[in-house]
Amino acid sequence: MGLFTKFDGLAAGRAELGALGIDPFAVKIEKIISPTEGIIHGRHTILAGTNNYLGLTFNPECIASARLALENEGTGTTGSRMANGSYSGHRNLEKELAAFYGKRDAIVFSTGYVANLGMISTLAGPGDVVLLDADCHACIYDGCRLGGAETIRFRHNDAEDLAKRLRRLGSRAAEALIVVEGIYSMLGDRAPLKEIVAVKREFGGYLMVDEAHSFGVLGERGCGLVEELGIMDDVDFIVGTFSKSLGCAGGFCVSNMPELDLIRYASRPYIFTASPAPATIASARQALRILESGKDLRQKLHDNAARLHAGLAALGYTLGGPPSPVVAVVLEGKVEALQFWDSLLKLGVYVNLMLPPATPNGVSLIRCSVSAAHTSEQIDAVCAAFAKLRTKA
Amino acid sequence: MTEYDRILADLIKGLAPFTNGKTVTENTELVGDLDLDSLKIMELLLFVEDSFDISIPVSILPDVKTVGDLAKQVEKILGNA
Repeated sequence: MGLFTKFDGLAAGRAELGALGIDPFAVKIEKIISPTEGIIHGRHTILAGTNNYLGLTFNPECIASARLALENEGTGTTGSRMANGSYSGHRNLEKELAAFYGKRDAIVFSTGYVANLGMISTLAGPGDVVLLDADCHACIYDGCRLGGAETIRFRHNDAEDLAKRLRRLGSRAAEALIVVEGIYSMLGDRAPLKEIVAVKREFGGYLMVDEAHSFGVLGERGCGLVEELGIMDDVDFIVGTFSKSLGCAGGFCVSNMPELDLIRYASRPYIFTASPAPATIASARQALRILESGKDLRQKLHDNAARLHAGLAALGYTLGGPPSPVVAVVLEGKVEALQFWDSLLKLGVYVNLMLPPATPNGVSLIRCSVSAAHTSEQIDAVCAAFAKLRTKA
Repeated sequence: MTEYDRILADLIKGLAPFTNGKTVTENTELVGDLDLDSLKIMELLLFVEDSFDISIPVSILPDVKTVGDLAKQVEKILGNA
């Protein structure tokens, strides 16, 4: 077996796409115009698949902060915080995140992926147990694999199944790490966190919630689902990303655990990768200030999400979940989904195509993500494009 | 009958809804012979977990190719319980 033999399946899949003349995984945005518009294939296109929930990527204050940091602190840190030291911005952002969540401390990581990888792989090593929702993101699975803990899946959003598995662990349950997400990225559905917290109270364990898609989106102040449900004190670790609501890149974990700071000294994804660039940190800090300053953006986001969800539901599409900034349309087959996605792009609407095995229950999805920066006219234009394709779905 | 034989017999009996009427033996491959996709494998594992009241760790799945492999893992987990 050759080194590249393992890619035979991938090559066949790509050839299949080539035969159809569609490659949804190699889209080139020739020009980015705004948080919600770009030029693709020479065509003016509405971007409805970028997770730019608050639309802050072109915010003038974020750009000004990033520009100032770029000019004053340079283009990059050229190494990890362990080796090269932390810039004041890194630590300030950590303090601001901890204060925002009302938690003892925070750690900033280079990306959201690295945040989960770094936290989970370090918390749970050989001999430990991680229980994760079956629909958790790949970075959570990868964190488990890197750490070498015994990893057990429970049925998606099924607190009873979690309880059953904790019961099976016996005395080991008290030290198990339970990992769930606030909003799940594929279907946009929410975790039954109150029920999960009740199970944790019964059996013990530590609870980590990844709020990647709910930070800046849910809760009175935008902390996420944990805040919305009033269970902040029941969650031991909250992980999030700057690459969605904050419009830049990076990840974080906040916690009241006094041991959180020790993670820095043991987490290989923290120790052995370059720290976020000063401009990235500066724009994240500014975006966090904007998030803290009011609810206008969140309200606009939810209004847009409700408008798109209602529009697509009225067209008779099968949707993956209740209204949320992720609106997923469930389609029958892979080829049909591919052609549907391509047709949308030709109509000037960019969304995400999600195919099995990356999707829950083996479904094919056209996944839209809504932004506060979308105008009502843009949402209506997205619905109009879906309407033109209705007979094909 | 050994513990392994008992588990294997229970597994073969329990796999019936997943086999499309095909004959299942210890050497039957879950993917190769039964043509189960990842979704079906997931359903099958959930069924096996509930049947034996165990949790099967994700990390052992790459080592499970045949029904016999699955029986060995179930035996191992039950032995550690």
